[in-house]
Amino acid sequence: MSDDTHKDAATKDASAAAKDTAAKDSAGKGAAGKAEGAREFLSVRDLRIHFDTDDGLVKSVDGVSFDLKAGQTLGIVGESGSGKSVTSLGIMGLHTSDRARISGEIWLDGEELIGADKQRVRELRGQKMAMIFQDPLSALHPYYTVGAQIVEAYRVHNKADKKTARKRAVEMLDRVGIPEPARRFNDFPHQFSGGMRQRAMIAMALVNNPQLLIADEPTTALDVTVQAQILDLIRDLQKEFGSAVVMITHDLGVVAEIADRLLVMYAGRCIERGTSEQVFEHPQHPYTWGLLGSMPRIDREQTDRLVPVKGAPPSLINVPSGCAFHPRCPYADVPPDNVTRTERPELRETTGGHFSACHMTREQREKIWTEEIAPKL
Amino acid sequence: MAAYIIRRVFAAVLLLLVVSAVTFAIFYLLPRAAGQSIQSMAAQYVGKSPDPDVIKAVIKNLGLDQPIYEQYWHFIKGLVAGANYSFGPDPAHCSAPCFGYSFKTHTAVWPQIQQRAPITFSLAIGAAVIWLITGISTGILSALKRGSIWDRLAMGISLMGVSLPMFFTGLALLALFSFNWLHIWNVHYVSFVDNPAQWAWNLILPWVSLAFLYSALYARLTRAGMLETMGEDYIRTARAKGLVERKVIVKHGLRSALTPLITIFGMDFALLLGGAVITESVFSFQGLGAYAIQGVTDNDLPIVMGVTLLTAFFIVVCNLLVDLVYAAIDPRVRLS
Repeated sequence: MSDDTHKDAATKDASAAAKDTAAKDSAGKGAAGKAEGAREFLSVRDLRIHFDTDDGLVKSVDGVSFDLKAGQTLGIVGESGSGKSVTSLGIMGLHTSDRARISGEIWLDGEELIGADKQRVRELRGQKMAMIFQDPLSALHPYYTVGAQIVEAYRVHNKADKKTARKRAVEMLDRVGIPEPARRFNDFPHQFSGGMRQRAMIAMALVNNPQLLIADEPTTALDVTVQAQILDLIRDLQKEFGSAVVMITHDLGVVAEIADRLLVMYAGRCIERGTSEQVFEHPQHPYTWGLLGSMPRIDREQTDRLVPVKGAPPSLINVPSGCAFHPRCPYADVPPDNVTRTERPELRETTGGHFSACHMTREQREKIWTEEIAPKL
Repeated sequence: MAAYIIRRVFAAVLLLLVVSAVTFAIFYLLPRAAGQSIQSMAAQYVGKSPDPDVIKAVIKNLGLDQPIYEQYWHFIKGLVAGANYSFGPDPAHCSAPCFGYSFKTHTAVWPQIQQRAPITFSLAIGAAVIWLITGISTGILSALKRGSIWDRLAMGISLMGVSLPMFFTGLALLALFSFNWLHIWNVHYVSFVDNPAQWAWNLILPWVSLAFLYSALYARLTRAGMLETMGEDYIRTARAKGLVERKVIVKHGLRSALTPLITIFGMDFALLLGGAVITESVFSFQGLGAYAIQGVTDNDLPIVMGVTLLTAFFIVVCNLLVDLVYAAIDPRVRLS
């Protein structure tokens, strides 16, 4: 019973939020500053991806909406199991399991992807939208040379002979900074270092000049010095190709440098969304505060210890009632009447284009942020 | 790659030498370690009431009175250069490779093996072709249509195949199609050289019953391998490129899914080449397996040892081939 009402409330909440954003975006472009007049290249509306498992329905993504313009970067942040990767695979149409239940809308350059012809989505994959994965060693096929795998990606969408495709692949390897690209073309993935493998993955993803690049934790498997190089590379290539980028990460430090907009996910839902500046300077949700508090910063005092977010991410089968974050939230009792445990908070706008889903009033949050959280960061 | 091949071949030769030593020890050293005298060992080759002179002659012939290392040396020399036996009335030259001389049947082992090998090989090769085709294709289809009626049916039947012993399926087929119900086949071995069509026709029942056993296992292994591979990250990458699903499966999935099967196939096939013992007896084929059984029941050491060595040889060679094929398929193997 309570489940049903939640669902209804959630649907209303998400679609209301979606309309809200759409209205805001079309009316108040000035607030966003960048890319005025450009239409949304990627629009996700009330995306739900549920999986029918033997243990119950797993609501991996439960009503997520966002927009992304060409040339912009959206960072999706959250812990493992928050639904970031599932969202991105949903956009790519890569949920092949027949147990996946996908609903909502995904508009890519004016084309609806959910419910679209599978063949059409396949054509778009790798050509208009491409993806970089977390662990490049397991994401590259161990039996084929790096070059052959890039050539394959190119020839899926281009009627090119092997020689042209090879030339193009070497060009891309060179572009992503692999030394002696013509020679390394014939190497197998295991002969590459971790950073080079990820570069090769990027070369493979960008070989068809995709307008949307989804990077799913592209630096997680790499060591820190290489991480920065890869991020720089993605940023440079984005400028060069003008593509929209969705950067998925659990590391706020990664998106801080690269993202124009941010979306914070928790238990399959968006709990805060806004421009990078808004979310970093005036975060509105206790979970975002927690993430910021657990992020190492160079300007922080050495003596301060990092504060982890207490507790573990919730099970997606039995999502906590009310606000999914309430069992871990230090401020769960601030709003009256136990509302955090009984009612799911709606995604509400605080300032222009900045949304968050929290029961506390704006004043309460402002007070806690300026008095308790910000001084410690 | 060349260095890798040379290394593997060298290791294979060394392994064969070790295998021959171990086999030799089992058959000639172990009985003596267990307290058997050389007289009683030699007596096995003579009739029921042994004449001491005859036993002496056997001991001399087999070289049982010589030190062990000398015996092993003669044994190896026989394998490489041949040996002479003069037992009783007819002295015999056993040309290389000399696997010994059976004093019970008064024949050298090697010509017998040569005569019987084609029967076993026909059985093994034909069955292998059938089980590879049926087993692997069933496994792939089952994996791709996981949970479907087809998958359940195929896995059910393959469970039967894995559990039903050869002497049941073989005999059941014989009862159905040869003896009791339909009299379609009169199963006996006909040489391929004499009559290829008859050769194939007569081998259908043994092939099918042998292939049923193995294809069941291979279907299950292929299905498991395929399911695992299709969940790999690089399959997702292949899909993310926009490849059509058929290409994802064939080019990216199958190749990795089937690689482990090569190892298992190498072993299974090698063992069969050394004699499909039960199948041969069920269908009364006089192949290597039947020969081995004859050797065991007659306590005829040279025969048992010959077949054992030959089987070991096949296993070593097949393993070598498997290693080389592996290196060709998986580039990561070549380096390490």
